[in-house]
Amino acid sequence: MTATTETGPLITAEMVDLTLEAPDKDTATRHLAEMLVAAGRITDLEGFLADVRAREAQMPTGLEGGIGIPHCRSEHVTVPTVGFGKSDAGVDYGAADGPAHLIFLIAAPAGADSDHLKILAALARRLVRQQFKDTLRAATDPAAVADYIRTEVTP
Amino acid sequence: MKFVAVTSCPTGIAHTYMAAESLEQAAAEAGHEIVVETQGAGGSERIDPAVIAAADAVIFAADVEVQAKERFAGKPTVTTGVKGAINNGPGLIAQAQEAAKAAPVGAAAATPTAPAGGSGGPTLASKVSEGDSWGTKFRQWLMTGVSYLIPFVAAGGLLIALGFALNTIAVGDQGYLVTDAPPVTEQFSAGNLSDWAALCFQIGGLVFGFIVPVLAGFIAFAMADRPGIAPGFAAGAVAVAVGAGFLGGIIGGLLAGALVMWLKKVRLPFALAGVWTVVVIPLVGSLVIGGVMFLLLGKPIASLQDGLTNWLEGLTGGSIVLLGVILGLMMAFDMGGPVNKVAYFFGVASLTTSLDTGTDTGLQIMAAVMAAGMTPPLALALASTLRPKLFTPSEQQNGKPAWLLGASFITEGAIPFAASDPLRVIPSIMAGSALTGGLVMAFGSTLQAPHGGIFVVPFIGNPWLYLVAIAAGMVLSAFLVVAAKSTKKAEQQLVEAEVAAGIVPVSS
Repeated sequence: MTATTETGPLITAEMVDLTLEAPDKDTATRHLAEMLVAAGRITDLEGFLADVRAREAQMPTGLEGGIGIPHCRSEHVTVPTVGFGKSDAGVDYGAADGPAHLIFLIAAPAGADSDHLKILAALARRLVRQQFKDTLRAATDPAAVADYIRTEVTP
Repeated sequence: MKFVAVTSCPTGIAHTYMAAESLEQAAAEAGHEIVVETQGAGGSERIDPAVIAAADAVIFAADVEVQAKERFAGKPTVTTGVKGAINNGPGLIAQAQEAAKAAPVGAAAATPTAPAGGSGGPTLASKVSEGDSWGTKFRQWLMTGVSYLIPFVAAGGLLIALGFALNTIAVGDQGYLVTDAPPVTEQFSAGNLSDWAALCFQIGGLVFGFIVPVLAGFIAFAMADRPGIAPGFAAGAVAVAVGAGFLGGIIGGLLAGALVMWLKKVRLPFALAGVWTVVVIPLVGSLVIGGVMFLLLGKPIASLQDGLTNWLEGLTGGSIVLLGVILGLMMAFDMGGPVNKVAYFFGVASLTTSLDTGTDTGLQIMAAVMAAGMTPPLALALASTLRPKLFTPSEQQNGKPAWLLGASFITEGAIPFAASDPLRVIPSIMAGSALTGGLVMAFGSTLQAPHGGIFVVPFIGNPWLYLVAIAAGMVLSAFLVVAAKSTKKAEQQLVEAEVAAGIVPVSS
């Protein structure tokens, strides 16, 4: 177990796409993952996507209320990170009540210790708060979205 | 009301916390208190035992096994997956409320570890209170093993029975028995019904091979959580290899669980903890328990079996009814274990000799052996049908296939009953099988096939009296089991253990 020593904000404007359009969840997840690669958070795109798919295969990560949370712990992740995509048309993440409009790609380093994972736990808790979801649905500016998420999950 | 909850999911970074948040929100909205333990990837902070003791009900919103579940023993429980909690927190809180109300008065407070005499305090984690409920814990461990065992008994047993049935339809009393069919890897044609019979029979046999390992593995799991599984399965597999049967599996599972409980007490730096539970404990546990089982049980069992076989051979010249009684006792004692095997193979050997020499004694012996092996599952099926309240819900479920398993001479159908309450069940079924074995001999029924139950009726000589003998033993055993389980103490233990093992969520 190598505890990660790198740090960085959970999300920045370059990891937000408010006009995400994709025919299926694999494409949507790949698109979000490419943003994280560009931001230097993921070292190996294909390896990371394989880890996400493995998790997704256990049970779809779509949740009622139009939320998709593809996620995994992966050795190809350097810093706990979330990529956010908003899709007006929606992307099917396997939820019973329809496609996801808010998609969070949650990436956790495999060797991270509990302190590093706390921020992701805080994020996960926000995802079931109505106000958090409403704010993101109404958002129009990527930088504002990244700021909002970071502020919300600050311990 | 006060609730406690545990949430956990495969990855442990998202759903675990979402479920926790959802439950906390829902509880707050409904005016209840809740403390949630998030068993996520970052490790978890255990709920204070005092908080658990004060809780009215427990919610498990978990897609992976709840760790240290025994802390919540005896509480009204609602069980669901993490998504259930995320999507419908208020519904779950309402269910927990119902469960708390439905629980017997005082049950919420009277955990099995709550001190009867007022000493020790309600700390579930402390050793003292664990000692208080030793008997209850023991039964919880067995019942956990049994609850995982039942699907294997049902699937394997019914496949074997289906194999017998199909083969009877396909070939009647002509052609070979399904037990003699070549492996389906060598011979299988889709148009041939007896090949399908062989396929069912052979798959069923393989599934049956898991009975003892699954029992041992999940007994160890109940004692020591996930690190116990591999050593437990290893103990069970060695029990199979040395022919120790399900009793050997229970002993092995208990030993493995105890060893792993002890190994888990070793405190390690965080960096080593993962390797310790995932690699070192399974490795050391499997080696030690497997070694102990092989070296200490292997030879004694083999010589016990030799001794019993010689003894049976010596009895052949004497009273044949007495021989039937003894074979009956042996068949029911350990259902597929070493003693049962001796009796069964003695029957098969006698059958072979008789078929070669054209005498009847061996055919009678085989008949007694099969009849005595049919009564235990039938008796327990009967008892659990007549008096379902004396059996746990999972036992009641097992009672249904047990009819067919017994009728097919699959004695293992009684194992779930025997494993969860050995001291009451085993003597009862031994008595009935002894009666059946003796009666078959007295009636002079014969059997020219080594296996198959009612599906080999064409091979049974004097079949009506044969069925009378089986019915007599079945009724006697069922009566004795019901009587043994009807004591106040037995009923009390039953409820405690089943609820505490978390096998039956007390939800509406």
